[in-house]
Amino acid sequence: MFPIAIEKASPATQILYKLALPVALILWLLPLLGVAMTSLKPSSDLAAGNYFGLPSYLAFSNYADVFTNSPIASYIINSFKVTIPTVIGAVAIACLSGFALAVYRFKMNLVIFFLFVAGNFVPFQILMVPVRDLTVSTGLYNTITGLALFHIAFQSGFCTLFMRNFIKGLPFELIESARVEGVSEFRIFWYIVLPLMRPAIAALSVLVFTFIWNDYFWATVLTTSAETQPVTAGLYSLNGQWIAQWQLVSAGSIIAAMPPVLMFFLMQKHFIAGLTLGATKG
Amino acid sequence: MTGSATATSAGTQGDTRGYWKKNQRSLAPWIFLAPGIAMFTLYVIYPIIASMWLSFYDWDGLGTKTWLGFENYIELFDDDAFYTSLYNNIIWLVLYMLAVPAGLFVALFLNQTVTGIRIYKSLFFFPFVISQVVVGLIFSWFYAPNFGLFYNLIEWVTGTGVAVLADDRYVTYGIIAAGLWPQIAYCMILYLTGLNNVAPDQVEAARLDGARGWKMLWHVILPQLRPATFIAVVVTVIGALRSFDLVSIMTDGGPYGSSRVLSFYMYEQALSEYGYRMGYGAAIAVILFAIMMIFISGFIWKMVRDERGV
Repeated sequence: MFPIAIEKASPATQILYKLALPVALILWLLPLLGVAMTSLKPSSDLAAGNYFGLPSYLAFSNYADVFTNSPIASYIINSFKVTIPTVIGAVAIACLSGFALAVYRFKMNLVIFFLFVAGNFVPFQILMVPVRDLTVSTGLYNTITGLALFHIAFQSGFCTLFMRNFIKGLPFELIESARVEGVSEFRIFWYIVLPLMRPAIAALSVLVFTFIWNDYFWATVLTTSAETQPVTAGLYSLNGQWIAQWQLVSAGSIIAAMPPVLMFFLMQKHFIAGLTLGATKG
Repeated sequence: MTGSATATSAGTQGDTRGYWKKNQRSLAPWIFLAPGIAMFTLYVIYPIIASMWLSFYDWDGLGTKTWLGFENYIELFDDDAFYTSLYNNIIWLVLYMLAVPAGLFVALFLNQTVTGIRIYKSLFFFPFVISQVVVGLIFSWFYAPNFGLFYNLIEWVTGTGVAVLADDRYVTYGIIAAGLWPQIAYCMILYLTGLNNVAPDQVEAARLDGARGWKMLWHVILPQLRPATFIAVVVTVIGALRSFDLVSIMTDGGPYGSSRVLSFYMYEQALSEYGYRMGYGAAIAVILFAIMMIFISGFIWKMVRDERGV
């Protein structure tokens, strides 16, 4: 272990370390804590210039106001409507293509694999105009379906990379012996490999959920109205309307950040495993 | 007619089954790959080629396209806003790299086993989980003139506050600082996982040889963290070049376009009220893509070597 375990350090260092931890955390999260506190301040506090002090009372009504005075509820529902099908679609496609690239040897294998990998890193701007045109010409512009379809396609690059590496790590003898038994390729996928992919599916789902929930660029390029915009794009337009009403901006930000944060805390193990797959091997 | 049709279909069915049996191992991968390749080609590969092609045209997005040849690119060479964006992209690229050592530092700080450390680790990771839109709004509040925490802190130290986002000298640095916050968290988690996998016997052996502190870090730990460092550098470079959300949220490119980066300038030219110059925007995107390809190729090249090595 590096650095040396703190239990082996002098008592003074140990105390210092245990004090440093919360101090560092508060400094690290200071902007966020400030926003959380502002979200609970009554507007009179802000008007009176009380930006730093504690709220004179906890104005949970800010949160209610955000819901009653803005379409944030519908933005959030839109976000779910885009995110859930994307997670299912991208992960399903990636299970199939990841299996193909991990298990079979054929000429184009590495070429296709690296196309997926490279495509995953391109700047969004090079896709923007054609993707927008495509969505307009198919009548899917400013629809949730149009946005979700693009996300499915784009995320399948990263997801395939992830699944392929995961399946490569599975014991190949299982597949070999099934083949000797005469089990068909589809059955091998469905009954042997898919059940083993469960942890990867969980990890990938959490990650893709966060990525798509937090997407802002495509939301602004492919959707324009409150009926279709996800919460990231919606929050930006609300920010324009709530000039100087920081208590509402703050409450709205916290509401928008909640679902991925909850997802992260509930599925932490999978989330981190997903994020760091590949960082630890090779 | 009906009879013969059924007979043929029965015949082909038998044939296909036989053909399938014989060739399933060479056909199966293509069937499994079909949905992925179809979607990826339609939404990623084709748009890249279409953008390159479009960059030679003058087009408002609706009317007819006019062939311009290299004129869009020639115009870019004379465009001050393009150079501002390019320059800012370089600043992003250089300063964003701080996330890698900073992430390592935080990871080393948290790599202990005291009670509650797991909660500390996840709370430190927090900024990465929330959307850049929210991060952008949080930092706008942080920098806000007159009441922002940062503004007041500077005022308290120096006597005069600085409106970071309204000052063209500081605005890009202010946005990058906001971007570093989640990026450091990301690098930290990569390094924490890497540190978990450092061979303890090697650390002990080095310790017996008298290696400590910096020496130990440099000669024993860092070489073992190379995979984590590699991924951290890759995601940081890509993140720096892709930066769009924060610029759009925090300043909308301002003041006077001084915080634009290529990705934002492209969007502004192609889709904002100033423009609908799709061809010109596409040309900017092609340049950004070319810059990114230098890094992507390096990354792929390393991955190919690893694959061959396996």
